[in-house]
Parts: sequence; C-alpha cells; structure tokens
Amino acid sequence: MTAQTQQSNVSTSKPVRGRKRSFFYGGRQDSSFKRLLIHLALILAVIIAIYPILRVVSVSLRPGDRLLSTDLAIIPPDATLENYRVVLFEKEFLLWVWNSLVITVATAIIGVILAATSAYAFSRYNFPGKGVGLVFLLTTQMIPAAMLMVPLYILAIRAGLVGTYRGLIVAYSVTAVPFSIWILKGYYDTIPIDLEEAAKIDGASELEAFMRILLPLSTPALAIVFLFNFTTAWNEYLFARVILGSNEQLLTWPLGVQRLQAQFTTAWGQFSAASILVTIPTMLLFLWSAKYLISGLTLGGVKG
Amino acid sequence: MAPIELIFKSLGEVALTVLYVLAIVVFIEAILYVLLMRILKLRLAFPIMLLAPAVIGLTILVIYPLLWEARISFTNMSLRAFKDPSFIGLQNYVRVFTEPVLKQVNFLPLLGRTILWTVINVSFHVLGGLVLALLLNRPMRGRALYRALIILPWAIPQIVAVLAWRGEFNFEFGYPNILLTSVGLPPIRWLTAPSWNFIAMLMTNIWLGIPFMSVIILGGLQSISHEYYEAGQIDGASTWQQFRNITLPLLQPVLTPAIILGTIWTFNNFNVPFFINQNELETSDIMVTALFRAAFQYNRYGFSAAFAFVIFFILLGYSVFYLISTGALKGDKE
Repeated sequence: MTAQTQQSNVSTSKPVRGRKRSFFYGGRQDSSFKRLLIHLALILAVIIAIYPILRVVSVSLRPGDRLLSTDLAIIPPDATLENYRVVLFEKEFLLWVWNSLVITVATAIIGVILAATSAYAFSRYNFPGKGVGLVFLLTTQMIPAAMLMVPLYILAIRAGLVGTYRGLIVAYSVTAVPFSIWILKGYYDTIPIDLEEAAKIDGASELEAFMRILLPLSTPALAIVFLFNFTTAWNEYLFARVILGSNEQLLTWPLGVQRLQAQFTTAWGQFSAASILVTIPTMLLFLWSAKYLISGLTLGGVKG
Repeated sequence: MAPIELIFKSLGEVALTVLYVLAIVVFIEAILYVLLMRILKLRLAFPIMLLAPAVIGLTILVIYPLLWEARISFTNMSLRAFKDPSFIGLQNYVRVFTEPVLKQVNFLPLLGRTILWTVINVSFHVLGGLVLALLLNRPMRGRALYRALIILPWAIPQIVAVLAWRGEFNFEFGYPNILLTSVGLPPIRWLTAPSWNFIAMLMTNIWLGIPFMSVIILGGLQSISHEYYEAGQIDGASTWQQFRNITLPLLQPVLTPAIILGTIWTFNNFNVPFFINQNELETSDIMVTALFRAAFQYNRYGFSAAFAFVIFFILLGYSVFYLISTGALKGDKE
C-alpha cells in the first residue's frame, strides 16, 4: 500500500539530482497527503505508547474519595497532590528508595571492578580455556533467573543470608559480570595494543599498562557497564523478593511498590504516586544514557 | 525504629559487604601474586590474577549452584524432605513430562503456550519496531519528539509498567474496559477469563518490547549508506525491491542478535506473565513462571531443579541451532 502510493507520488514530485527520492531516506519530497499519513501513524503510535503512562499520572492525582472512578481525563477535575504527600511522609517509600540506591551502587561498583579486570585478560592474553570461557559467559545469559533462584535460595538459607543485603549484592554483581565482560572485551579490542606495548618498552609493568593506559581510555565503556549494572539491579524484583524475604526494613522499591499495588482498591493512588516518583529519575537517567547503552549492546551483539 | 537509624543500618550493612568483598579480593590477589609471580614466575601470572575474582565469584554463584541444582534434580528434595532428601534417579525428569507441572497443566501444553507467547511477542516486536524505525528514519518535522515519546515505555522501570497495566486490566476501573463500554461494547474479563488473560499478557509485553526493537533497528537503518538506495534506483528497483534486497540484508547484523536476545528474553520473561496473571490462572503460566511456582509455592525443589534443566536445554538447543543456521558463530572462531 505505502509502496504503491510512493510510486505514484514520486513521479509527480520534484526530482532530486535527476532521480526520484527513495522511500528509505527521502521525505521532504513527499506529497503532503503522504506526509499527513505518516504523521497520523506516528501520532497513533505515540498515543498507544504514552497513554498508559499518562493514566498513572492521572490516577496519582486523584483524591482519596474519587480513587475508583471511570473518568478518562488525564488531569482529574479535583486534582490533588495528597497521594504524593502520603507516599513521601507516611509510607516508607523513601526508605525503599534508599535501600535500593545503596544496594544498586554497591552492586555496580563491585560488578565494574570484576568485569573490567577479567575483560582485560580476555582481550589481551591468550590462555588455555579462553574460548570455552567466552562461550560459558554467553551461555549464562540463557539461564532463566528462576532457574538460578532455586539453588541460590536454598544455599542462602543454609548460609544464613536470607533477609540480608549481603546475599543480594553479591548475587546481583556476579550475575551481571558475564554480560559486562562481553561489552568491555568488545571495547578493549578496539583500542590498539601498541599504546600498552610502548608503555611497557618504557618500563611500565603489565599492571601499570592496564591501569594507566587502557582503563583511562575505556571510561565510556566502563560508564556503560556501570549504568547497565545499575539499572539491572535498580529494577530487579525476583531475587530481591526471594532473598530479602519479608524483612520489612530492607524492602527495595520494587517490593514496596508491589505491596502498594496489591492493595489495589485502597492504595491505587499511592501506588501511582510512588511509581511516578521512582520513574522520573529512572527515566531521566535512562534517556540520558540510552545512546551509550545501545552502542554497548550492539557492540557486544555484533562481536558475539 | 526511627527512619534515620534504618538508613544508617542499611548503609552500614552495604558498606560492610563491599568491604568484605574488597578484602577477599585483595587477599586472593596477594596470595596469587606471591605464588605465581614471585615463586613460579609464570608468564600468564598477570591474566590469572585479573581473572581470579570474577572466576571465583562465578564459580560460587553460578557454577556451584548449577552443579548443586543438577544434583538435587535427582533427589526428592521438598519442604518435607529438606534436610536429608533421598536419591530417586531420573524420576523427576520422567515426572516433568508425565505429570502435571503444577496442579493441572502438563509439560507439553505449557511448552506450546510458551512458544506461542514467544513467537507472537517477538514477531510483533520486530514488525512493529521495523515499521516505526522506517517511519522515524525519514527526515521530517518533529522526528526527535516522536522518537523520544515512542521509546518512553522502554525507559520506565519494567516493574512499574507491568504493575500499572495490572491495575488497568481491572474489570470496572481499567481504561481498556472503560473505552470498550463507552463505545457500547461489553467489557472484558481480563483477569479471570483464561484466553483474555493471555491476550492481556501479550498486549502488555508487546507494548513494552516494541520501543527497544525500534531503537535497535533505527540504529541499524542509520548505518546504511544512501548510496545503496541511489544505486538501486538507477537500476530501477521498486520500493519493495529496495527494502527486500538492500534494507533487510544490511539490517541482518543488527537483527540477528536482537532477535536471538529478544527470543531468549521473552521466553524467560517473568514479570509480565507473573503479574498480569493476578488470579494465578495456570492457563496463563509460561515455563519460567510455572518453574517459580513449582519451586516457591509448591516447594517441590527436586522436581523444580529437573524442570529448570529441561527449560535450560530447550533454550540452549534453540540458541545453538540459531547460531549455526545463521553462521553467526563464524566470526568468533577466527
């Protein structure tokens, strides 16, 4: 359909350098009808994409007595910030966010250190078992979280780690390592080894070549891995639920927000307010880092 | 406890954990340094030192648990027989295929549903992502704004999105039903009718997954040089022929890993099927949620372990098949 419209339209539109414009990069030469169609399609896609999000905003602004209404207006007529006040000052929302934050930062730091060093070995050295190791790292990405959960839960019970952060932080940082190694190895591979070799000729040790030459050059990739570890742990629900159990003081925000949602009829507004509060910083961080994350993903993907 | 004390308590525990981990790493490195560099003077001493922390971590947290899980998959470990489970051979593996995995649902229907779930989701993700990426790749007014708004579902935390959708599938107060009734259609029982619940899961996950695919595909499209299309046009290629013979082949390096990863992520998706299925309908469970329930609601640990390995080998088989059939592994073998 689009193809036919395109064919009939381009012949009448102004040719560029003696040729008609291709659908795949043209645009300004299109008839206004076709441009209208494309804009309508994109506007429809935008509505589908953001209306459910706007609904959360809308519900979060509802006053308590009008929580359950069939109104579809985005800003409810008697909008109030009451739900935000309750969530911030009467619920333990801030504690949940704090818990998540410290766990996540610790996870990301440990994860980056573990991955940065091993990726260097994978990138610069040949050692027996290197191929097997890389395939193993890839295979771990196929393990369903629920599969690792069964043994980790039972082992955590036996080690007395259920209901503590310790198990969770170590589990998060280590499970993120394989993917991080792939990304970092891909990045290290693009940095010429000559720099390190020159440094070694000048008397630098292997450790100095790694720390002083390669690591500073890899800051963008290290940032990607840090962000990747950060967002994974920040949004994680299942491990937290199983490992933290029902320890009220240690709940991370996904667990807390899920509790609010479970009391749907009474706390829908509070759930929505908490969701918005936690989503805004996450979203900003995400949108800011998205281009780096994607380049990291495709880099690892193409190499794999 | 006062909030401020709780805050210090969590900070203290986290700081202690990080210190522990660092102390262990330093200790191991010191031993390796003395042993490998000073005493044995190995050529590979430095890479071994680099690898040691991650290898030890992965061994303790991935390899050992998996081996241990393999072992309990041959036992009858459950909540009742937790301390001293007895060895029962391959019985758990036989049970996975012959007995209901949960209360009613058997393995094969569950596998069929999981494949259906994966195929429908990934097809919609790729098709939707491709269409949006093609539209967004053209110069036009407001392109940056469209793109930013369309990727929003990807930017919000998945758990928030899924829980919000779970609320929206409420019979009376969710917006899909409000929309339906406002145009005179009967409302749908999204949370109780099995097939509608499955459709609700699909709607949620398709909504969540299209933005990622369109961003990835858009990245691929932008790396395709205009000259190919210009050359194609000189030779008189139609729009469809250009798409078929230029766009698709040149997108393949981006699409292949995205589809493999997308398939595995969808197959392993836990949050969507778990939370949208508010009434715990067994007819909405896919493999991983059934595995979670078998382990943590029915507490059949030995059985769940066997079930987990069956799932893992299905995924492994798929990936190996896909990698070999597309030749994606060749680059790695060089």
